[in-house]
Amino acid sequence: MTLLTMQDVEKIADLARLELSEAEKEMYLGQLTAVLEYADRLNELDLDGVPPTAHAISQQNVMRDDVIEPSLPTAAALQNSAWHTDDQFAIQTVL
Amino acid sequence: MDFSTTTLTDLRDGMRAGSVSSVQATQAMLDQIAAVDGDIKSYITVSGEIALQQAAVADQRRADGDDTPLLGVPIAVKDIIAVDGVQMTAGSKILEGFVPPYDAFVVQKLKEAGAVIIGKTNTDEFAMGSSTENSAYFTTRNPHDLSRVPGGSSGGSAAAVAGGMAFGSLGSDTGGSVRQPASFCGVVGLRPTYGRVSRWGVTAFASSLDQVGTFGRTVADTTAVFQTIAGYDRRDSTSLNRPVPNYEAALTGNIKGLRVGVPAEYFVEGMDEEVETAVRTAIAHLEKLGAERVEISLPHTRYALPVYYLIAPAEASANLARYDGIRYGPRRKGENMIDAVKKTRALFGDEVKRRIMLGTYALSAGYYDAYYGRALKARTLIKNDFLTAFEQVDVIATPTAPTTAFKIGAKTDDPLGMYLADVFTLSLNLSASCGLSVPCGTDSDGLPIGLQLIGNTLQEATILNAAYAYEQSLL
Repeated sequence: MTLLTMQDVEKIADLARLELSEAEKEMYLGQLTAVLEYADRLNELDLDGVPPTAHAISQQNVMRDDVIEPSLPTAAALQNSAWHTDDQFAIQTVL
Repeated sequence: MDFSTTTLTDLRDGMRAGSVSSVQATQAMLDQIAAVDGDIKSYITVSGEIALQQAAVADQRRADGDDTPLLGVPIAVKDIIAVDGVQMTAGSKILEGFVPPYDAFVVQKLKEAGAVIIGKTNTDEFAMGSSTENSAYFTTRNPHDLSRVPGGSSGGSAAAVAGGMAFGSLGSDTGGSVRQPASFCGVVGLRPTYGRVSRWGVTAFASSLDQVGTFGRTVADTTAVFQTIAGYDRRDSTSLNRPVPNYEAALTGNIKGLRVGVPAEYFVEGMDEEVETAVRTAIAHLEKLGAERVEISLPHTRYALPVYYLIAPAEASANLARYDGIRYGPRRKGENMIDAVKKTRALFGDEVKRRIMLGTYALSAGYYDAYYGRALKARTLIKNDFLTAFEQVDVIATPTAPTTAFKIGAKTDDPLGMYLADVFTLSLNLSASCGLSVPCGTDSDGLPIGLQLIGNTLQEATILNAAYAYEQSLL
């Protein structure tokens, strides 16, 4: 298995939208490496041809009729937002 | 009525007989919380006023001839489950002040059954942990020894029941988060089959593993709460549209001929000797009650922990992407939106960030096949282990946890060591089984030990009755 590097940690943190201090990066580098080394135990298994299990009990194509039903009122949907205006969630500029 | 020793079923009988009211029982719970929860810290939010109003309504309904299954019974709810109008934190600072505008399915069901919701119980942040030490608010203490953890993540719900502060409670179990705290706190905890209970309105952690479970002081109490929340809900697409049996009627105490499997892989070197002795004694006791003991093997058990700690964080990293401060929770300002999201997500605690990092890595380009993909395949082998075993047996009996409750702080610097606390519970979540923990004695320090009984898909009635037979034979 590829060993985790500090660059990996920084890349993962950025993908996950996490801002980490230098001390946190060091801590996670060590801890994630330990967990991934533990996970290398799976290499003992011959998994060729074994189908994956995504859910314990699989149900496919769970559909409902395409009927409009009552949903949360706008005021209730917005009530927990720190910043909203004109019945919409507001955000800072994207760029 | 001495409420500290009264069971849910006794209370229900008392209310039906008119010897006690819901207001009295609810007030007794609030008095007990005032007396002991300053030390135990099982509740994040106590909604006492609302509870007393609900109790008064329940008493009036009873006076009018109503008798719904949990009418007037005070119940606690884990703080990752939405209760309309009551703060829900999920044990995280990123949801501090969040007030859900609706009830979770299970809370709707509790309310329909007439239950009184006492408050919201402590949990590891987003249910990620085995001790409640990852709660952003405080650590719950074990009612049997305040220097020890109650287990987790549903440690608050287990401690509330063990401490006489609720007649039953709801938790959630993604890798053992109902059964392990039940074991540590000396109460009964049930993790139903995936899909048996709707997760609608429950904060998602790992969606292919999450399931709501129930706690009680006795098997009958645990069953009574489970009976009300089991059932189909089309708002959770994993919900199983299957009839709900009468679980309470299934508690006959007769287990003659029940085939009890004992897997060699669950009695490993390094486990606490007192736990092993207590569990083996309990299994021998089941035999005396007429059960047949069968030695079995679950050969892929040693892969369950690494499989779990790839799948659960991967799903968590996707589920927790929604916490960006835009629609709910506190928001931090940044130079632009992405920066604001990053600053807001600094509100996550260490363990949550650790799992998001791990999951993001396991799903990232170049590593998906090596980690997440292999984990999903290995999961198939673990699931098949159980299906094969259930061709030979009706129930599998194991310890719930390798040790009794550990000291607060003992494992906080060792994430992998903490993960091992769930080594006997998490295989079940990877499979299509159900399971429970029932008290089976104490160690030399007086700390509770739990017997885990695992059942095949939707066979909750079988394991509940086996636990009931065991419990009743000890009386």
